[in-house]
Amino acid sequence: MSDITRREQTNELALQFGNAWNYAPSREGTEQVSLKPRYELFIDGAWTAPKSNRYFATINPATEETLAEVAEANEEDVARAVTGARAAYDNVWRKLSGKERAKYIYRIARALQEKAREFAIVETLDGGKPIKESRDIDVPLAAAHFFYHAGWADKLHYAFQGREARPLGVAGQIIPWNFPLLMAAWKIAPALACGNTVVLKPAETTPLTALMLAQIFQEIELPPGVVNIVTGAGATGAALAAHPGIDKVAFTGSTAVGKRIQQALAGSKKRLTLELGGKAANVVFADAPIDQAVEGIVNGIFFNQGHVCCAGSRLLVEESVHDIVVRKLQDRMRTLRVGDPLDKNTDVGAINSKMQLGKIHEMVAAGEEEGATRWSATYDLPSKGFFFPPTIFTGAAQSCRIAREEIFGPVLTVLTFRTPDEAIEKANNTMYGLSAGVWTDKGSKSFYMAQRLEAGVVWANTFNKFDATSPFGGFKESGLGREGGRQGLAAYSEVVG
Amino acid sequence: MQSKSPAVVEPVEPSPARRIGLFSLFSSPTVDAVALEERAANLAKRSLKKEAKVAGLKLAISMMDLTTLEGKDTVGKVEQLCRKARRPMEGDGTLPSCAAICVYPNFVTTAKKALEGSTVKVASVATAFPSGLSPLPIKLEDVRRAVEFGADEIDMVIDRGAMLSGDYAKVFDEIARTKEACGPAHLKVILETGELGTYDVVRRASDIAIAAGGDFIKTSTGKVQPAATLPVTLAMLEAIRDHWYATGVRIGMKPAGGVRTAKQSLQYLVMVKETLGDAWLTPDLFRFGASALLNDVLMQLEKERTGFYQASADFSKE
Amino acid sequence: MKKTQEKQVNPAGFVRGGAEIVKAERAEENVVTHRLSIPKAWKMYVGGAFVRSESGRYFQVVGATESADATTTNIPLASRKDFRDAMGVAQAAQPKWAARTAYNRGQILYRLAEILEARSEEFVRSLVRGGATEAEAALEVAAAIDRSVYYAGFADKLGALLASSNPVAGPHFAFTVPEPIGVFAVLAPQKLPLLGLVTTILPLVCAGNTVVAIGSDLDPRTVITFCEALATSDFPGGVINVLTGRAKELAPWFVKHREVRAIEAYSDDAALLTELERGSADAVRRTKTHHAVAREWFFDDRRGQGLGFLERAVEHKSIWHPVGL
Repeated sequence: MSDITRREQTNELALQFGNAWNYAPSREGTEQVSLKPRYELFIDGAWTAPKSNRYFATINPATEETLAEVAEANEEDVARAVTGARAAYDNVWRKLSGKERAKYIYRIARALQEKAREFAIVETLDGGKPIKESRDIDVPLAAAHFFYHAGWADKLHYAFQGREARPLGVAGQIIPWNFPLLMAAWKIAPALACGNTVVLKPAETTPLTALMLAQIFQEIELPPGVVNIVTGAGATGAALAAHPGIDKVAFTGSTAVGKRIQQALAGSKKRLTLELGGKAANVVFADAPIDQAVEGIVNGIFFNQGHVCCAGSRLLVEESVHDIVVRKLQDRMRTLRVGDPLDKNTDVGAINSKMQLGKIHEMVAAGEEEGATRWSATYDLPSKGFFFPPTIFTGAAQSCRIAREEIFGPVLTVLTFRTPDEAIEKANNTMYGLSAGVWTDKGSKSFYMAQRLEAGVVWANTFNKFDATSPFGGFKESGLGREGGRQGLAAYSEVVG
Repeated sequence: MQSKSPAVVEPVEPSPARRIGLFSLFSSPTVDAVALEERAANLAKRSLKKEAKVAGLKLAISMMDLTTLEGKDTVGKVEQLCRKARRPMEGDGTLPSCAAICVYPNFVTTAKKALEGSTVKVASVATAFPSGLSPLPIKLEDVRRAVEFGADEIDMVIDRGAMLSGDYAKVFDEIARTKEACGPAHLKVILETGELGTYDVVRRASDIAIAAGGDFIKTSTGKVQPAATLPVTLAMLEAIRDHWYATGVRIGMKPAGGVRTAKQSLQYLVMVKETLGDAWLTPDLFRFGASALLNDVLMQLEKERTGFYQASADFSKE
Repeated sequence: MKKTQEKQVNPAGFVRGGAEIVKAERAEENVVTHRLSIPKAWKMYVGGAFVRSESGRYFQVVGATESADATTTNIPLASRKDFRDAMGVAQAAQPKWAARTAYNRGQILYRLAEILEARSEEFVRSLVRGGATEAEAALEVAAAIDRSVYYAGFADKLGALLASSNPVAGPHFAFTVPEPIGVFAVLAPQKLPLLGLVTTILPLVCAGNTVVAIGSDLDPRTVITFCEALATSDFPGGVINVLTGRAKELAPWFVKHREVRAIEAYSDDAALLTELERGSADAVRRTKTHHAVAREWFFDDRRGQGLGFLERAVEHKSIWHPVGL
């Protein structure tokens, strides 16, 4: 052992995160997962071949290997599913007491908990997200949503302050690929609790956990037709939204598609909720707990590879701490482990699809073209699969595309401000309004900001926190309606009186 | 009542820190407890298998300050501990020695002798350990004696009462004077975080200890619960990191008390690795203050070597 | 005036316009004089001021019963630019209106009720002039006043009813509060010019939004009279802005203005409402259309008012904050 070299000045510019002690690969085993080679549509409680006779492959974005073939539902298939859901609504589900509905939903929650590991692994295989996230966040939170909403089913008469809540009928639900199981839970749980039946369309790149959920529905003996799952791409979703037999459309996805759905529904009397895109400002004041703010910045943008509608993709830093925040952020980014999503130590996994990877590359190129400074740490990215290094842009202007458009990838744009009101103005200078973060040690400033930030969710000294009890949804062009909490029940109820 | 004898009266002249009102200008960053604890918990989830685990556990052994600080300590006990520190497991030459043994001043001579020819350092607690509530001259004398006896390192305690009553200048001065008294010995400053109430105060105490000349900052005496925890260690590592950012000087860290299992030791190492980087993954800059930890680490290493889960009875207690 | 002379005037005390002969107060002198009445220039209400259309256009209405201006009256025919200007005013007023305390907004709404009550006879006359029967008019005015009182008392309660404390599974205090959406564009019901307008806009302003409304063009004078009540209440200028004009011409501009965050529209014209719904997609507007709503609905306190109207007037904002030392 060398003698202690104490209080010696060093001239390095950055902390060294090298190979002094390497973590060995710690891969989650996939033995307990048995995927079927082919998945049919889940209609009326049974697996049924698509009338389209077409199937598409769902791949592992980390390896580009095919995981399974999945049926592609056409209009006729969608119609069959809607018919099944309607029959289940009329004949079974609407006639059940809330108490009995609750018990079915509780069964789903329990089964999901029992199969949690299996679901986490498949979520990671199919979507590319790190196993630690699917294990610790996606799956437990999905189960929590079923538990939470199960409890509402027989208490809806308390939910609307003396007004009666009636079910809407059949809900058509279209969900995205960033949180496949969690979004299915967010949509199905409140719909069932409020007495509706469901036709769900998972995203085409991540259908597997929804189909595994269908297996649970069978196993817990959910009455046939109460939830139907039709897989497919955009056309299947459009057919579902347009079907005259549904009473409600719930969509989570891009703002562009959300607008098309809203347009298509004009005059139809169908109810609509939308959870769309975002470009959240994460505002860091000089008096913030800076080290925790840096964690919040990292979690805000690199959680789930930045495939998060509420990602804190615009960092607004008070000018006086810009340099130290960026320096700390860069050092923190050097510790991020990017790679095999199944490795328990992976922080940033695979980009969900080749198409999404292309979009991220395009936006990053635009950022460079517009003169912003791009920075990434050095990562040893896998040679196969879709990966993108966590990236920040400094020196960007408020008007840059990377500061205005949703990138939906691990790319952060850093901007500065001088006063709180300037921060508010910049934060709100977007047509999005899904989420925002504010970091300060001063309570009164925190509330001042929270009141003025135009966003459906404001995280003060934290970021990317979700809970079944807390309503989630956007202001402005980030969406319509809320999901979760008491307020979220309104999306699946006709409130009378 | 304090004695009026000249030997124990504090210096009358205000210290430099008091004269320039240093602490009215000085403010530490605040710490958000929930986010800090969340980060610590996330780091603790790192999965360490096989060779990474073995390497980490060996590193942990090399960073241990094997400690005995009991009223019933004897020469015999200290000698046994020294033997264990030199050679943690008889018959396994691949294991490193511990970094140091940590004893009361009365056992420094014994330890020094027992460790002759080894790389194991002798650390002595001093400054009226564990409360620190004796007059400064006595505390300084305590330090000087321990160094005279041969201590390589001094583990001092801060005056927590002064810290909590806002007399930061006193805390600073005592550390600075202890540092002087250490001479060539290295100074570890024990904050006794379990008595400081909040991470904000821990952070401030860390900054003061570093500014006043501590070579290491250390969580606890081991006499107060809670002793070392992952989040409090993280708060202190952040203070060390900020000092490095500001000056380029590396300060060491020593969690002490409460680190009992091999798994915990790996969690601490992960935290150091991902907070301060490779440069701190050395006994020069990171230590564990522990007594029970070593055996659990040895058991885990043996399990990795043999593939069998071990029985604690097979490992010598001292 | 003496009783005998009152026969010559209508029940509300007005005399008919231009050529009407008025007997002087000094009846004992039995002097007959001609007095020409002063017809009012009817103007729209924008930013707290009464304005004509920038376009210079007007449309004409004729009173259904005897009144001071039963003859043809010119009403401003609002243009898209008038709508645009009103939007600018409403936008500017919104943050300040929302920043007032709920208690203060409640006081202002109550003040409006007081003013309406004080001018109730004028409103009855106006509605009668617009075509309502005496009985209908009296009912409508009473209902409008009561509805104002209703929302006056709601301003500082909707927060308690719509907000929640969310028991999240972690060390955070999370709560959800209702916040105003911003500027609403309103197409008020054609029938019930007073009650319809009040029913539509008061919950919106109660919740802290500001409004640009197109009033009924069947009876614009009642709409404008309501604005005069607004102008003498304590409502700050710009909170409620009312245009007179044609729904078919103006309402389509609702969905061609990006700052219109939300729409409340009543109409018997299903195609127009669908057009508003379709057009709302470009800005993901919160748009609620009401097709061919029956009169009784507005008078029904269980359907024509309530918490649901306020729910549509707000966004829910969830706020998280850690709890720790």
